[in-house]
Amino acid sequence: MAKTKNAPIKPHSARNHNAAPLSLVDTTSDKKATIGLEYMTYEQLEEFGEELNAVRQRVLDDLGQKDADYIRRVIKAQKASEVLGRIGIFMPFFPPVFIAGILFLGLAKILDNMEIGHNVMHGQYDWMNDPMVDASRYEWDNIAPAKDWKHGHNYIHHTYTNIHGMDRDIGYNMFRIDEDQPWYASHRFNLPLAFILMLVFEWGIMYHGVELDQYLQGKITKEDFQGRKKRALKKIRKQVFKDYVAWPALGLALVPFVGWWAPVAILVANIVANVIRNVWSFIIIFCGHFPAEVQTFAEEDAQNETRGQWYLRQLLGSANITGHKPFHVLTGNLSYQVEHHLFPDIPARRYPEVAEDVKRLVEKYGLQYNTGRLSKQVASVIRQLAKLGHKPDDPYKIGNSPESKALRRAKREAEAARREEAARAPQLTS
Amino acid sequence: MGIIRKALTSRPVASLTSPHTIDHYLDQIHPMLAAENVRARVVEVVQETGDASTVILRPNGAWKGFTPGQHVQFGVEVDGTRRVRCFSVSSSRAAKKGTFSVSVKAHPDGYVSQFLHKELKPRTIVYLSQAEGEFVLPRQVPDNLLLVSGGSGITPVMSMIRTLRDTGHQGRVTFLHYARSRDDEMFTADLDALAEAANVTVMRIYTRQPAPGAELKGRFHVDHLKHLGIDPTETLTYVCGPAGLIATVRDTYTELGAADQLQLEYFKVPSVDLDAADATGTLTFDDAKIEADNSGATILEQAEAAGLKPEFGCRMGVCNTCVVKKNHGAVRHVISNEISANTDETIKICVHVPVGDVNVAL
Repeated sequence: MAKTKNAPIKPHSARNHNAAPLSLVDTTSDKKATIGLEYMTYEQLEEFGEELNAVRQRVLDDLGQKDADYIRRVIKAQKASEVLGRIGIFMPFFPPVFIAGILFLGLAKILDNMEIGHNVMHGQYDWMNDPMVDASRYEWDNIAPAKDWKHGHNYIHHTYTNIHGMDRDIGYNMFRIDEDQPWYASHRFNLPLAFILMLVFEWGIMYHGVELDQYLQGKITKEDFQGRKKRALKKIRKQVFKDYVAWPALGLALVPFVGWWAPVAILVANIVANVIRNVWSFIIIFCGHFPAEVQTFAEEDAQNETRGQWYLRQLLGSANITGHKPFHVLTGNLSYQVEHHLFPDIPARRYPEVAEDVKRLVEKYGLQYNTGRLSKQVASVIRQLAKLGHKPDDPYKIGNSPESKALRRAKREAEAARREEAARAPQLTS
Repeated sequence: MGIIRKALTSRPVASLTSPHTIDHYLDQIHPMLAAENVRARVVEVVQETGDASTVILRPNGAWKGFTPGQHVQFGVEVDGTRRVRCFSVSSSRAAKKGTFSVSVKAHPDGYVSQFLHKELKPRTIVYLSQAEGEFVLPRQVPDNLLLVSGGSGITPVMSMIRTLRDTGHQGRVTFLHYARSRDDEMFTADLDALAEAANVTVMRIYTRQPAPGAELKGRFHVDHLKHLGIDPTETLTYVCGPAGLIATVRDTYTELGAADQLQLEYFKVPSVDLDAADATGTLTFDDAKIEADNSGATILEQAEAAGLKPEFGCRMGVCNTCVVKKNHGAVRHVISNEISANTDETIKICVHVPVGDVNVAL
């Protein structure tokens, strides 16, 4: 990001404006990115990009009333489910209704976060010009503030998908989930820590968005960090007050009829509903990028990539989950993670039809399309977490081993030398 | 409904529905049932002329009313997209209880005005803002008042004069209206009726096809004021119409030292000239109050060149970080070449270039 900022702004004609990806620009060299060369030539990559652009355009041209009706139907279902859930948990004296209430509330939160929140905040429905589904205004029923989540997810994760050192979603700074990540002693606890994160996942997303680690490494400014902290605290206050104070407090009205435990039961119901949503979103999200066959990339290989290469990186860096239609709705169609990463801003209900085209292209170019049943993908993620938690034999893979420290130092020095060399050479800018 | 509305929009309720508002829930029951969002049902669409219509609306309880001269953001949903335009209120403030109207001239390129004119049906629900605008009559209306309008600029002025009539205003009111021809004139019957009133002078001037034996001819001129016996320095004057008319009136008033008596409103009609070269017009950054000649680069790049630092992410139209409101004007998507010209719509500035004059909230 900082790199593109330095690039001079050249006003150019609006005609034939080439909006080729600026995702990773190497200011010192115009060497083409090497992503995808094992599958196809540069010409084919170009053609691949064009074909996917055409798929995107075809869907965009077709957006209309049916897409608007769909998202409104989902919103209606979400609101109905929420209201039913809130009513249900006010009857702790009648267990079947109480439990149904918890489930409805969990369902409401899942719909709000996945099919509505995630997708709306990607701008998938901005074309409707309806404030209720406007990406810049939507705030979701989740501890993480929308603004910081959109930065970390829409921008960082979706632009630098699966690039080591750029995509902070690889292992969420906590887990070793890929061979190319250095191993540290804390990774021995990969599996138990993942289990705990699963239960409190919304708090994890919020913490991820505060970017304390980035601040401590000097990668973001103090003002930036303070802003994130402030927004997070404000959102925490609102969410905690609503779920754990205000609604249980309304339950005080039940005390004379039911007993002192009524507000407590309502509090517990809210906690359980949040945990249901956390477990579900954790599973879907981990299955989207962490199964074994998903590929990751090095920063050097992705610099100066073309639109086709960007598409290819998204394709190879994501994994789908197969299932029936209600399942896809509950995942926010993130079960079509590949299609979502290729086209993050087209309405998610279009991913199944887009998948047909993607599969055709995958076949045409002999590529890999990562997909499988939920059980298969979950098992693969668990295996990865378990396997990669073990201390590797290769000393270069151990983060704090003398060998890997020396390797990193050598890399840093070579990079510095290269930059100096490039700075001394006469500027060859086009 | 007042107390209920107040309760529904109160903080305790907001904290129970957080992060959404009560309207998100009420909307699921019925769109008119909103505590804060203004909605209205179309009562009737009346044809004024061949290309102008008046839409009579019955707003929900969230509507706070209007002052004559104000306008309202008017949104209709067509094929899933809400299209918003600004229209002036044309009805009297004392009109039939619970309704008001806007009057619109269909513009050849105007999607919403055309839709309104040809397809809007009674019972349709439309999305409104509260009434906005400073071009309004003072609380204490002075004895001498001059209203000047040109073309479809008549609408806000019509709301003023109708309100004055209905509230029994006794001062002298002169209404000077310029239209191309009698066929282009809106509210003809009402104007005829107004002309009957003792304290009101209605003067209509047809610039292209003057009426036979008309007292006044041609575009606005200082002689028109003289003929009507109006002293500009002592007459509060309201002018609404095309830029040319406003410029002439302003120059005349400045020359006569009466500029402080003048209230102006431009009547803008959005127009897109697709055949013109791309890089024309002015790009206005509304919040920063900066104007720049359109260089043909993306709005993001032009904003940066102008010294602004808008938020951005991927710069490739993927991440949605750089979205801002485009207040008005037309933009073209650099990849799809699609043109969008809606008022008050959200655009990604990293992949949109301005076509002609554009105003963005940056």
